[in-house]
Amino acid sequence: MPAVSKGDGMRGLAVFISDIRNCKSKEAEIKRINKELANIRSKFKGDKALDGYSKKKYVCKLLFIFLLGHDIDFGHMEAVNLLSSNKYTEKQIGYLFISVLVNSNSDLIRLINNAIKNDLGSRNPTFMNLALHCIANVGSREMAEAFASEIPRILVAGDTMDSVKQSAALCLLRLNRTSPDLVPMGEWTARVVHLLNDQHLGVVTAATSLITTLAQKSPDDFKTAISLAVTRLSRIVTSACIDLQDYTYYFVAAPWLSVKLLRLLQCYPPPEDAALRSRLTECLETILNKAQEPPKSKKVQHSNAKNAVLFEAISLIIHHDSEPTLLVRACNQLGQFLQHRETNLRYLALESMCTLASSEFSHEAVKTHMETVINALKTERDVSVRQRAVDLLYAMCDRSNSKQIVAEMLSYLETADYSIREEIVLKVAILAEKYAVDYTWYVDTILNLIRIAGDYVSEEVWYRVIQIVINRDDVQGYAAKTVFEALQAPACHENLVKVGGYILGEFGNLIAGDSRSSPLVQFNLLHSKFHLCSVPTRALLLSAYIKFINLFPEVKGTIQDVLRSDSQLRNADVELQQRAVEYLRLSCIASTDILATVLEEMPPFPERESSILAKLKKKKGSMNVPDIDDSKKNMNGNGNVEHNNNNEPNEVTTKVYVRITAKQNCFEPGFKHCQSRGLAHIFSKIVPGFTYVKLKC
Amino acid sequence: MKLDISGKTRLAKWYMQFDDDEKQKLIEEVHAVVTVRDAKHTNFVEFRNFKIIYRRYAGLYFCICVDVTDNNLAYLEGIHNFVEVLNEYFHNVCELDLVFNFYKVYTVVDEMFLAGEIRETSQTKVLKQLLMLQSLE
Repeated sequence: MPAVSKGDGMRGLAVFISDIRNCKSKEAEIKRINKELANIRSKFKGDKALDGYSKKKYVCKLLFIFLLGHDIDFGHMEAVNLLSSNKYTEKQIGYLFISVLVNSNSDLIRLINNAIKNDLGSRNPTFMNLALHCIANVGSREMAEAFASEIPRILVAGDTMDSVKQSAALCLLRLNRTSPDLVPMGEWTARVVHLLNDQHLGVVTAATSLITTLAQKSPDDFKTAISLAVTRLSRIVTSACIDLQDYTYYFVAAPWLSVKLLRLLQCYPPPEDAALRSRLTECLETILNKAQEPPKSKKVQHSNAKNAVLFEAISLIIHHDSEPTLLVRACNQLGQFLQHRETNLRYLALESMCTLASSEFSHEAVKTHMETVINALKTERDVSVRQRAVDLLYAMCDRSNSKQIVAEMLSYLETADYSIREEIVLKVAILAEKYAVDYTWYVDTILNLIRIAGDYVSEEVWYRVIQIVINRDDVQGYAAKTVFEALQAPACHENLVKVGGYILGEFGNLIAGDSRSSPLVQFNLLHSKFHLCSVPTRALLLSAYIKFINLFPEVKGTIQDVLRSDSQLRNADVELQQRAVEYLRLSCIASTDILATVLEEMPPFPERESSILAKLKKKKGSMNVPDIDDSKKNMNGNGNVEHNNNNEPNEVTTKVYVRITAKQNCFEPGFKHCQSRGLAHIFSKIVPGFTYVKLKC
Repeated sequence: MKLDISGKTRLAKWYMQFDDDEKQKLIEEVHAVVTVRDAKHTNFVEFRNFKIIYRRYAGLYFCICVDVTDNNLAYLEGIHNFVEVLNEYFHNVCELDLVFNFYKVYTVVDEMFLAGEIRETSQTKVLKQLLMLQSLE
């Protein structure tokens, strides 16, 4: 058994812990615990008042039992009693117990707050710290109500000890996070900012954290902090080791404080004052310079500390996005890290470069590292590093390298982790559309996506390719030909059948001249997949069939036979049955002119913000996703993209359905069952973008 | 959080509100995520909307869960700083020291971390404070 410190002994506790550790089974442990609980319960209830030491010991045992994972439903009162002891060791255990086993009993809360109040007012720094730590750890509303106004006073008072200031600053931070409305900052702002000048770097560290959080909510109130932060940072970065002895860590001067100051500065744009701005620039240059100097120690702690400051400095440089030289230097530094021995650094470099890529000053510099990043994609063994590489390729993609990057991403997709496939699919789809000069490449890319990772190609992606094909005359023939060929594969993904079915339905006529892709061949090809597909796909195929009847009268009979078959007309699925019935009827009664009008080629889709981009943004949450901006090739060749975030699922298929059966007034997306009222009353409403014909029966 | 390889939590400090069941679940998830990683992985893992910075010292994993915007290397060294203090305070600390003196470890944590932020980084100052507290009754 290791030596227990001489101060407070608590031999009984050590023995108990030993007993527990020696238990051979879970049952034995529970037995021993219950024995102890009974013992403690009786001691607490006993006639003899317990002395402080015993109380402390038992409360500590209870805490240990709780931390093992067992429920404790008594002891709170005794713990609260310990708070009023004037012995540190007893107070400490009392505070620890109530911080870990937070109780919402209002009487207890009142007593606890009372004890805290006494300790805060005690002028004993050790007791004050215990109280402050407790408030910071528990952070309850009741505590906020009781103490939120007291703590700032303690923080800025001249006679408060340094260690108490540290605790007060962070305590205030906690209260501000949990009950911001109760923390009055107004009158204290100036003096809190002034703490940045404190001699004690621990106080400065704590104050910087507090100010950073407050500045995020109300930046204007804390603007004065900027110059103090720059000055402080500058002094640290240019100091000799000897100046900051206590705060030098493996030959790096105050690394954590430097990081925090740099973080604080990221709440603001570059300083307006020219002198201040140049001082900050000098500072950042010094940090970048140090990264190039030979290391003062071989230990990884030294390099980690140094690089922590470096990465945060680069973060600030990127955030300001105003000094081209700094940005380029940062990029070069990161470029070096891309090939570092340590995985941590390669990971962080990839991540950091991603944000650099979107700055106009450094975009070109980032591109020079493309080969290295592609290599990382192929060789890194940690999947999260590979993912950062994908993110970076996506960020650095532009017209000059889009083909190569998309090709690399597709090739990576073949072996990528399932958890990241959907994201990669979305990214490839966005890039392919954004940088397509030649839309045949775009069509090929999407079909490849479906082939490689069909399961992860969401609706937004394949709707998009259809929208684009419909909107661009020049690629329709190519699309028809390509999907036709792709469908020949013995096993093709259902999404391919959907895309193929739709495109052939609209543009199959463009390839019908060739005997290899004659109407009958096309129909048989589609129909061969029919029974393998899910209901929504089959519904889409049925729509394609009626379009074929319009396009290719010669296959009308064959298709009608299929529609007429029992498996369609009596299909258990209501949607399929309805479509089969109606399409069959339509094909029988409508003259060729009517049919041609009803089944006219889809008009171009109106411009909207890409739903793919919206989906990617939703997936990535706060991550920086480049927008499809006005440099994007417009589908219709006119105007700008409208930015409305309308995410309409099933838009493509619904439009087809609406054309045929608008009489039912079902304009909702999705495959809803609509009341059939016979083909007599078609098109009672006008829907924009469509022409209508009234059918008389 | 300090986790044993077998999943026993030696110490867990929470800076956000969770109830006991949530805490248990989180601990299990962190354990699952962290223990499958080896030397070829980074010391950072994405975890829900946060990230975990961790390092293994003999049989113990030391993990800190931070915001995605926090500085990875700073917290990695924050862990190491903490471990060096424990080492100094307990004289070549071993896991048993942390078990038997669990209530003291919380004191060390609170000296160096508070309200989810770094409170004090000078080992000299922290140890001086701890020794002073140790001398109190």
